[in-house]
Formats: sequence, structure tokens, C-alpha cells
Amino acid sequence: MAASRPTPEGHPARGEHGYETPRDAPPPPVVALRDVWKSYGAVAALRGAHIELHAGEAHALVGENGAGKSTLIKVLAGVRKPDRGVLELDGVRTEFKGPQDARAAGVAVIHQEPALFPDLSVAENVFAGRQPRGRFGRIDERAMRERAHALLARLGVPLDPRRPARGLSIADQQIVEIAKAVSLETRALVMDEPTAALSGPEVDRLFSVVNALRAESTAVLFVSHRFAEVTALCQRVTVLRDGAHVSTGPLAETSVDRLVAQMVGREPDALFVRRREQRPPGDVVLEVEGLSRAGAFRDVGFHVRAGEIVALAGLVGAGRSEVARAVFGVDRRDAGRVTVAGRTLPGGRPRAAMAAGLALVPEDRRQQGLVLAASVQRNATLPRARQLSRFGFLVGGAERRAAREWAGRLRTRYGDLDDPVGTLSGGNQQKVVLAKWLATAPRVLIVDEPTRGIDIGTKAEVHRLLARLAADGVAILLISSELPEVLGMADRVLVMREGRLVADLPREAADEESVIRAATGQEAPA
Amino acid sequence: MSTEAPTRATRAPLREALRLPRRLAGWDAAVVVLTVLTLVVASGTVEEFGTTRNATFLILDLAPVLLLALPMTLIVVSGEIDLSVASTVGLTSALMGELWANGLPLETIIPLAVLAGAVLGAFNGLLVTVLGLPSLAVTIGTLALYRGLAYVLLGDTAVADFAREYTRWTIGSLGDSWVPNVVPPILLLVTVFALVLHATPVGRSLFAMGANDTAAAFAGIPVERTKFWLYVVAGAVAGLVGAYWTLRYSTARADNAEGLELTVVAAVLLGGVSIYGGRGTLLGVVAGVVLLTSLQNALRLAKVSADALTVVTGTLLILSVLLPNVTAALRARLARRAAPAAPPPREPAHPAPAPRGPAPEPTRRDGTP
Ligand SMILES: Nc1ncnc2c1ncn2[C@@H]1O[C@H](COP(=O)(O)OP(=O)(O)OP(=O)(O)O)[C@@H](O)[C@H]1O
Ligand SMILES: [Mg+2]
Repeated sequence: MAASRPTPEGHPARGEHGYETPRDAPPPPVVALRDVWKSYGAVAALRGAHIELHAGEAHALVGENGAGKSTLIKVLAGVRKPDRGVLELDGVRTEFKGPQDARAAGVAVIHQEPALFPDLSVAENVFAGRQPRGRFGRIDERAMRERAHALLARLGVPLDPRRPARGLSIADQQIVEIAKAVSLETRALVMDEPTAALSGPEVDRLFSVVNALRAESTAVLFVSHRFAEVTALCQRVTVLRDGAHVSTGPLAETSVDRLVAQMVGREPDALFVRRREQRPPGDVVLEVEGLSRAGAFRDVGFHVRAGEIVALAGLVGAGRSEVARAVFGVDRRDAGRVTVAGRTLPGGRPRAAMAAGLALVPEDRRQQGLVLAASVQRNATLPRARQLSRFGFLVGGAERRAAREWAGRLRTRYGDLDDPVGTLSGGNQQKVVLAKWLATAPRVLIVDEPTRGIDIGTKAEVHRLLARLAADGVAILLISSELPEVLGMADRVLVMREGRLVADLPREAADEESVIRAATGQEAPA
Repeated sequence: MSTEAPTRATRAPLREALRLPRRLAGWDAAVVVLTVLTLVVASGTVEEFGTTRNATFLILDLAPVLLLALPMTLIVVSGEIDLSVASTVGLTSALMGELWANGLPLETIIPLAVLAGAVLGAFNGLLVTVLGLPSLAVTIGTLALYRGLAYVLLGDTAVADFAREYTRWTIGSLGDSWVPNVVPPILLLVTVFALVLHATPVGRSLFAMGANDTAAAFAGIPVERTKFWLYVVAGAVAGLVGAYWTLRYSTARADNAEGLELTVVAAVLLGGVSIYGGRGTLLGVVAGVVLLTSLQNALRLAKVSADALTVVTGTLLILSVLLPNVTAALRARLARRAAPAAPPPREPAHPAPAPRGPAPEPTRRDGTP
């Protein structure tokens, strides 16, 4: 327990920016970090970072992948101890000995990677360690369920509080983490890329919840690579580069271009790719007919032509990832047919799908995409171990070269190819997953949230890469919850709602409104 | 497009030059050193230990443990376990006795023993993969079942008098040397298993599925099928060991190799294979086998009782599971305190329990409990 925390005598109501209390000196920040340094072995993650969180203010923290944002947040959460630096609560210097100190001080943290108890229910996860008690100190299951239900409803996600956390999609896991954090009595709410897997409507709900907390003078820290969200939610922004503080200022006084330039330390390349030249697409390469899986999706059928990018849009829980997994064969299907270039794939056999030229970049990098304990190199070459071996034996040099080449093309930042991939920052882990599958030179590429957690500069690079693959005749199915990505990249937009395919919009007909309308089910687009 | 990855870390130049896997510098190396030390100390202090006669016996004793440890290593690396191997040895040995008593020639019996072992292994494999039962429970069950079947076959009787030329060869030595005849085939098998585990895509996939079987399945690795075949191989090797055991002692009995699974698992874990899967080397396991069996041999020569030997095996088993976890925890704690000038040690030789299943466990979030 942090016994040293002073309890302020109530927080005076403050205006939007927290400085409007007349005549008084501005109150000290709720939480502040000053000149924080942190190294992991030889890697310097933080090199003099600053941040101040003020009551009632939403503060954005931006920076490239590996800039040290998550490390800063782990220091705020008491999870990592800085090598050097000062932590202040209400202007008083203190120290977090562990996460419980941070929690006791009223700092609630949503970490970048959700970490739930797989065998506990959603409700139990939300209230883990602080369950509502009934008579004789017993856990009041009912109250817990009802409160969890209310929270989830407030976040606008129809998730059954009784179901176990095991098997939740990454977006749903994220929602549970959010529910957990916003249900705490918080003075500071710290969120590390909470929206990376969410689509527009869920993000809107989250923001209205956060704004309500802010009105009760909670301080907010928000990390995101989506600048539209940053500007929608925040009043102040701090830029971090290579672990060092670059700038802090009101968001209104800067621009996205300026922020990006500060993040990367140079003039950025074109940030958004909108595919231009439309060659007529080739033959149908991926054909899906009548695909069903009980409890997930029903009667889904579509096709993708060579050189075409088809987006699959929908709300969280619409069944998009489930369709992708069944097509690839990691999940069994109950009915339906999948053909790749005329070859019918047997159900439930990813290896056969790979042999036919299919690749799937899964949504959940930590569970599905990577073996965290294994090295960067081993992960990057895992699906190709056979191709890279000679006479049945692995050739170290060839593997190394292949891993290095793809890591470089995606600007992956790592210490050493032999480092466990789990020590990379979130965005860099995502790049390894992309590299792992792009390197297989697929004919059909299914990418599920390919740019989740990837910084804005590299995101454009990934988009360019996808566009180039399409131009080379690869058929691409793009699942994304980020609407600008969908609209910027896709030749056609398929929309799923509640396990069914409800719209197939050609590029011309696809805009923000028509996609959201189809996804939410408010009267079909004309 | 830039082709070089921006890196900030300074590299360990020696390791980079030698391309040594980092863990070689850890637990495995310690076990190898410990093994050499044990051999040296035992030769110096236990009178009979250093003789060539004892070396021959030591190798004959060590052979079944080493053979069983080979597939066991692969199974544990892939995240499972097989406790039924010693009972499979007993059952195939009993089967040999039964067939020999019925007049079949050994040329037929030995392949049949291997085949029978494979079938018993396949039964384990089916229960683990098709029915998806935990391998610990399944193989504890077949540990009892197979031993029981052995007693059904032979009861308390023993079959002896196997063909002389076979039993002689089994305990005999190469030419006039003290090196037993079984050494070359065993070395061959060790080499094959080491290559499969460390130099082929199959071995690579075993490590992957042991560390995260979901991710392995998403990478197109047929997790279930591979595990099934591992159990078949383990059974076949156990059948071979059954034949060896029978011929070496020239007796088929239902209680042959009873309790040997404990020694095998202890040796594998002592050799640095993580009980949670995903980590280990065959070199370490070979060292673990040599360490454990020569320790037992030396103690036996020093007239330590058989019960005490079991105590030693059990203690080593616990230590080999405990120590890596304790050191990992200590390192993590030290790393939290360490001054920035002294970079904390990287990766522990053994990991803390890795979470399984789709959602990670909360303790993993920070890595520092
Ligand atoms: N446990 C660890 N061991 C070693 N290095 C680490 C560890 N965690 C992070 N790092 C390194 O520290 C640096 C900063 O990582 P951090 O996760 O803070 O980045 P980030 O700004 O959150 O990036 P992203 O946008 O990709 O999430 C990276 O270079 C990363 O490789
Ligand atoms: Mg991060």
C-alpha cells in the first residue's frame, strides 16, 4: 500500500482545461512523471520522459512503435520500476512498489494487451479481486452479473457476463478490460491503445463513457495511433520519440502533420494511401459458398478476384474473424465450400490451405500470431520452415536472411533476431506477424486487423505493401474495424452483421454512412 | 524502402559470432559441467567406480533410461508427458516371454515387441489427441493399465532361457574393448533424435506447439497429428527397450522396469527441458541421463540402499523443477532492483509457467509478480 498518498480535500470543479479556478495557483497535476529513464537490458526504452495528467483533462500520448509509450504506462501502473525519475501524486513525490500501490492511489490502467483469466466469466473478470459481497462475506454472484451487464450495456457491447473469457475475440477482451477500468473509483484513467480493435460505434460509446468520467474530474491518458480519435477525445498531447520527451501542448495548437513530423523526427511520407489505378480484376481466386458455423455465422458466401482487395466490415462480434478462421481451416466449419483457384479446400486443415496459397494474418497476435517465448527469427520463419530447409534440414543462414529481410521491409524495431518476440513493443510484434505471412508469398491473403497497433508512418507503408501485392495479382480479403482503412483500400466492401453477410458494396457505393448503416442494421442502403 | 532494421541494442559479440543459442549458456551447460564433475569426483572417491568393468555396467544400466528419454524429450518439449513408458516396457517384455514360451523365434518376437509398443503408444496418442484428454491423466491411467496387462500375461512367473546368442550380444562388448555392443546403435538413435529436434521443421514445430499451441495451429502445424505420432514413436522405443531389458537380464517378468518412468522424467527435467513445454535441448537431456544414472551407480557401489536411491531420484526431480523457477523469480526480482549500469540477465533458462489457451493469464501482464 502506498501510505504516502495525501488525500486532497475534494477536487474543486474545474473547467475544460483544468486551469480555470480563479486566483488560486493552478492545482498540481493528479499524476506526474518527471525525467523517467528505463532500460530493458541493453535496450533503452525511456530516456527522460515527462508527462503530467490534470484533473478533468484528456491527455494524448503519441509516438512511433517502440517509442516507449507502453513502458511509460507500465511505470504509471506500478508494473515496472523506472531506473531513474520522479513520480508525483498531487504534487507530492512518491513511489509505486507494485500495481497495488497505483490502484490504491486511484490510477486505473488498461494495458495494451488484454490479460484476462480465461477460465473466469466475463463478470468475474470485470470484478476480479473486488467482487460485490453479500451476506456472510459471500460473493454476490447476482449483483456482480447485473453490474457487469450494466457496464457492458453502457459500452454498447452485447456480451454475456456469464460466458467465460476463454475464446473471446480480441475486441471483446479489450471491452472487458475497459469495463474493468471504468468501473473502478479512478482519479486517473490510463488507456494504452484501448480502441485498436474497436470499430466506430464502440469507440463512440467508449468516448462518451470517458467524457462522463472526465466531467467528474478524472484525469485521462490516451494512447492511440488513430489521430482522428486523438483529436476527438483529447485536449493536450505529448509526443515521445525514442523514449525521450519531444513536446507537450494543447492539441488545438498543433496539426497531425506537425505531430507526425515530431514523432518520426523528419518530414513524413504521404500518410494516407488511397489506391488509384484500377486495373480490371482477374479471375476469381477465392470462392466461399454457404459457409456456416453454429453460433458464429451462417450461410456466408463471397468471392475475391486476383488483384482485388475486398474489405470485410462490421461491428465487433459480427463474426468476421470467425469467417476468416473457418476459411483458413483453423476452425472447423459446419457447412459450406471454400475454393482457392479452383481447388476445393478440405475443412479444418490449415496446411492444405497454405499449400493452395492461402495465408491468414490473425487478429490476436499474442495468442494466435506469435510464439512469444520464441525468437523473432523463429517466429518470422515458422510457416516457412519447410521451404527454408534443405534435404529436410533447417539452414540457419537462410532463415536468418529471410527473417532479416522482412523485418527490414516492415521497419521492425528489435534488439536482436534471437530476442524473444515477446520483448518487442506491440506494434513491432504486429509487424513480425505480418512479415511471417507476407514472406510465404500467398495467392490469397486474408488479413485480420493488419495494422492494429501499428504507427501512422508504418501503417501507410503496410497499405502501400498491400496495394502493391494486389497489383501483382494477389487476392486480398481485408478485415478491418478502421473505416478509413476500409474505404481507402477496398475495391468492394462486404458488411457482416450478427453472423450474416448483409451488404456487398462496390467502391462507388461504399462510404462511411452506407457501411455503418449496413453494419448496425438501420434500414438497408438503397 | 529501407532494408536495415534500426536497432538500438548492442549485441553480445561472442554469442553473435558463435551463433550460440542463448540458453546454451544456461541450465544445459550447468548440467554438463555438473555431470563431468560427478564423474570425476565419483572416480576419485568411490573405489570401484572408475574401472572399465563398471563403465560397461554403467552403460548397460544407462541404456534404457537414455533410450526412453529420447522420445520423452520430444513429448515434453511439445507440452505433453508420457508416464506409461516403463509399463510399456514391462508389457512388451511379458509379451516376449509369452511368445518365446510358445516357441516363436526371436527374429520374429523382437519386431513384434516394437510393433506392440507402437500400438500401445498409439492408444495413448488417440486418447490425448482425438479425445483431447490431458496427457498426464491418460498416461497415469495406462501406466496402471499396461502394467496390469503384463501381470495378466505372466502373473508372478518369469520366462528365462532366451536364445544365448542374443543375450550374449546384448551384454557383450565390441571386440576386446569394454565398450558394449549396444553403444553404436544407441549413439545412432541419439543422433537421429537430436537432428529431428534441433535441425528439422518437425522439431521446430514441437517447440512452437509446446510454447503456444494456438499459434502453432495458426501457422499451419498439424498439432494433434504430430502429437499422435510422438506417442507412437515413444511406444515403439519402449517396445525396443522391452526387448533390450528382457535380453539383458534374460528374463521376461511382469515387473520389469517398474518405476523407471520416474528416472526418465527426472533425467529429462534435470537436462533442462521445461515441464511446461517449448524449451530444452537433447544435449542437456543426455547429460541429465548420465548424471542421474552415474550418481545412482556410484551410490550403489558405495553401498547406499535402494530406498535411499529412490530418495535421491525424487529429490533431483523436485530440484530440477524447482530450481529454474526459483532462479527465474530471483532474477526477475533482481532485475527490478538492478541499477541501470548493470543490465539484468536476460531470459531465464526455464520460463515461469506459461499460460495456455486463448486468453493470457493476468500474471503475464507485467512479468514481474
Ligand atoms: N520486456 C521487455 N524486454 C526487453 N525489451 C523490451 C521489453 N518491453 C519493451 N521493450 C523494448 O522497449 C522499447 C519500448 O517499448 P514500448 O512497448 O514501450 O513501445 P510503445 O511505444 O508502446 O510501442 P507500440 O506503439 O508498438 O506499442 C522497444 O524497443 C521494446 O522492444
Ligand atoms: Mg505499446
